[in-house]
Order: sequence, then structure tokens, then C-alpha cells
Amino acid sequence: MFTDFKKTEAAAKAIRTEIIKQLYRAGSGHPGGSLSAADIAAVLYFGEMRIDSKDPSRPDRDKFVLSKGHAAPLLYATLAEKGYFPKEELYKLRKLGALLQGHPNIKIPGVEMSTGSLGQGFSAAVGMALAARMDGGGRVYVLLGDGELEEGLVWEAAMSAAHYKLDNLCAVVDWNGLQIDGRNEDVMTVAPIGEKFTSFGFHVISIDGHSLPAIAGAFEEARTHKGCPTVIVAKTVKGKGVSFMENEAGWHGKAPNEEEAKKALAELGGAL
Amino acid sequence: MADKIATRQAYGEFLVEKGKTAGNLIVMDADLSKSTMTAGFAKAFPDRFFNMGIAEQNLYGVAAGLAVSGKTVCASTFAMFATGRAFEIIRNSIGYTHANVKICATHAGITVGEDGASHQTFEDIALMRTIPGMTVLNPSDAHSAKRLLDLAVDADGPFYIRLGRATVPLLYDADAALAVGKGCCLREGRDYAILATGVMVHEALQAAETLAGEGLSVRVIDMHTIKPLDGLIVEQAARETKGLVTAEEHSVIGGLFGAVAEYAAAHCPVRIVPVGQQDAYGESGKPDELLKKYGMSADAVANAVRRLAG
Repeated sequence: MFTDFKKTEAAAKAIRTEIIKQLYRAGSGHPGGSLSAADIAAVLYFGEMRIDSKDPSRPDRDKFVLSKGHAAPLLYATLAEKGYFPKEELYKLRKLGALLQGHPNIKIPGVEMSTGSLGQGFSAAVGMALAARMDGGGRVYVLLGDGELEEGLVWEAAMSAAHYKLDNLCAVVDWNGLQIDGRNEDVMTVAPIGEKFTSFGFHVISIDGHSLPAIAGAFEEARTHKGCPTVIVAKTVKGKGVSFMENEAGWHGKAPNEEEAKKALAELGGAL
Repeated sequence: MADKIATRQAYGEFLVEKGKTAGNLIVMDADLSKSTMTAGFAKAFPDRFFNMGIAEQNLYGVAAGLAVSGKTVCASTFAMFATGRAFEIIRNSIGYTHANVKICATHAGITVGEDGASHQTFEDIALMRTIPGMTVLNPSDAHSAKRLLDLAVDADGPFYIRLGRATVPLLYDADAALAVGKGCCLREGRDYAILATGVMVHEALQAAETLAGEGLSVRVIDMHTIKPLDGLIVEQAARETKGLVTAEEHSVIGGLFGAVAEYAAAHCPVRIVPVGQQDAYGESGKPDELLKKYGMSADAVANAVRRLAG
């Protein structure tokens, strides 16, 4: 496990800054659930995963699937920060003819699976983990939203991951507690999340999803835990890092205007 | 009388044979491996077979994940649940990624028989044909099924292959030359043409024989590929005869009739009489009884031609 988190912290900050800049220019998209998982993405891409942006298709690479595909700005910011494509592409997000689609597309360098319809990325990640085990590939990471857990397909996929003992698969639940129509417990109760996964045959690790050492430690534990898949239930704050977006369901799927973007970037130490 | 073999039986035999040379081939099922006939592959190549249990959405989602990792996947269940229940997973995870997944769905149409309406799908071709990049095949006998399956597995991208439960006579030689997207003229005729697919090819051939006795020269074409549609063969039939009949064990909405009518309307306007399931559910019964009752027998096809003949 890496212990110097300066690089990861800087990456998380840069990712958050780019999320705001992308969404301001796009005029639509999902800031809340992108910001909540920025620390998780930073640890994955700037520490945990064995990947090489210069050789994005090397067969033994680790793979990441953004099953909560609406957090595309998070994935794009991370991939650009990592050098998979030029940062200029970020500012064409959601525009006609642009590389970066509203939800992740497999044709984008570094994107391993097209996602956006909830639950499907998790299912695909199970297939990718099966293939990786057959072919001596790397590990497979998949990020799910908490609201996403309301999809039945998630539990079909979970059952199969445990049945096939996919210890090369690590799921992360971005448990920010909010979904489009409000709080999970008001829309559809997903709790208790950890207990559900335990009963489905997963090794469950519960952490503070904004503590970089905790995130890195959880990935380390997942990597060494054999015989079953792991899920990291990461308690997060929706909109984390931008004060007026934090814990506000209204910022699930709304882009900031110029004034809001400037205010957000000032808090993050960036500029438009 | 010729041997009668179900196309699902041919599928099972094909998989065991193909598995010997295609090391990259993965087969998946959803707890129906004895019915879909994937069980033979499962026994021969246990490391390359995954039973996903009774979970069709996950079956196709996991298939997509294997395919984007470089595998060629044949994923099977009943046609009703493959195309109905898992439609949106097939659309977004397999179609949109152009994944190398062959949806080999069995027990299609009314010839499922006794299981009744909940299992008799008439919508599968319509659903699959609307997905961009999806090739849609519906073989009429065991030999053409094996040939088309072989072409599908060797080809890139998603395929929907419709297979039946009921046994049907052999129409083709084992080494018949077939190509995806090219219809096969099985009987020449000048007056009218029947464009048939799957089980209905057999009914169409019988109908043409009956009509020959009435002095009508009727062409019979096996449209084993619904998409991409063989426009040339449709156009020739439209120009060289006085009218067309389509025959399919599928709804008259959105299947072969839909595909042929869409093409003809744009390129070669012609009168077309559809034979197929009307806008209705089926029921339990023996396959032959059901084909008769629901207007998909050789008699029904012959009557459709007679309607054209006035």
C-alpha cells in the first residue's frame, strides 16, 4: 500500500476542479455524484490500479467500470488527468460530435464499458472478471451508486459474482444517501447495504469514502482477500468539496451557472 | 420421410463441434441448458461454460462483459425471456458496444406448444431488428442452422439467432452454401412468391406444391436472414411475380412482413399478404394444432396466395 497521499490529494482536487469546469461548459450533467466519488477515483487511478495510459489496451491491466454512468464527468476528469486524452476534450462534453458523451462510451480511450443504464456496468464487470481470471488479466473495479442498488440486476450480478468466487472483483458503493427524488430512505430504502452484500456472499469493508488512507487500505484489503468478491461501502457526501452542493439532492443532475461555477472553483482553488 | 431434427438440437451439436477448434468460445445459459441444448458443451468444456441461473438480465450483462474482454459468447435461454426480459440490457450493453455476443434463443414462436402463451413469443424478431448493428437469423432446418451458427460465431458483432423447440424435416444438404443476408430460393415460380422464414418455410413449400396442382407457379424463398434483409431477392420477386406472401411464426407486426413491406414500399411497391400470428396471444396445444388454429399452416399460406390470385 502506498502511504504518501500528496499526489492522490492533488489528483482528487484536480478532478473536482475539472468536474465543475466540464459541467459549467456542458450546461447539463451530474455534479453531486461525481464530486462524492472523486477521492475514490483518485486513489484508484493514482495509486491502486495497474494501468498505463500510454498502453491503454495492455491485456494484464486492471479495469474500472463506472456502473453509475451518470458520474461520467468524474471518469472523464480522472482519465484526462491521467493522460488518456487531452484536457481540451473535457470542455466539449455533451456537445454534438464530441468524443465525450453524456454517459461513458467504450470508444473513449480508457473507458472499459459503455454504461449509463443503471446496474448494467456491475453485470458487465462480473463478465470482465470471469474473463480476466481465465486469461490471467488484472483486477476489475466497479463503482456503484447507492440509488443504483434499487435495480434488480445489481443483485443478480452480486449473486453471480459470489457464486463464481470472483476475488479479482472489487465493487465500491458510493453511499452519499441521496438520489434524484430525495433521500434513499424516502424514495426507496436501500439500507442496510453492508448486510445485504454480506448475505449475498461478499467480503464487506465499510469506510469513510473521503479518507484517502481508508480508501487505499480498503483496496489493499480487497486485493488480499481470497475466495469471494469484495464490496467497499464508502460513506460519502454528495457534492463533496463544494459547500453549496454538499448534501443537496437538487445538485444530482444540474450544471452550475457561471456565478456558481466561479464560486465552486474558488472553494476548490481553481478558476474557469 | 426425411429425418426430423429441431434447430435447437442442431445448435447443441454445433457447439460441441465448434468448441473443439474455437478456444475463445464461451457458452452461457440461464438454467435451461437441457432445453436449449447447451448442456453438451457444458459437459465437454466445463471451464468455458457459465450457468447464470434464472437471471436473464444478468446473463446478457455478463455476456457483454466477457465479450468486451475478447471472448466470443453464445448466450442462450428461451426467446421470450432473452428478447423480452433482457431487451434493454441487450440494447445498451451488447448492441451499443457492438459486443461479440450471439443471442442463441430457443423455443421461439407458437411451436413451443403446450407451455402456452407466456412462453410463446411473437415479438422477438421485431425487438431484435430495431437494435442498430444486430444481425437477425431464423434458420428453417438443422443443416442451415449449423451453417448459419458457424458464420455467426466467426463474424464480428452481435447476432440474434432464433431456434425452435419442434422437430422439423431437413431441407438443406449438410454442406449447403449459405450466406448471412442472402435468401435462398428453394422453389422457382413465376406467378407469386412466398417469402418464408423458420418453421414456415416448410409450410410454404407444402403450400406451393398444393397450388401447383391448381395451376399456380409459386416461388418459395427461405428468408433465413431477417436483418440485414436481402433486398435484391425481394425486389426480384416483386418485379418477376404478381404479388408476395410473407410467412413467419411471429407477429405480423414488426417481423418479416414488417421488414419486407418496409423495403418494398421504398423500392418496389407490390401487394403483400402476411401470414403470421395476428395481434393476439397463443395458448396451449400441440405445435401442428396451434399452427392451424392461429393461421400459420400450409393451408393458411395457400389461402394467402389464393387471395392474391383473386
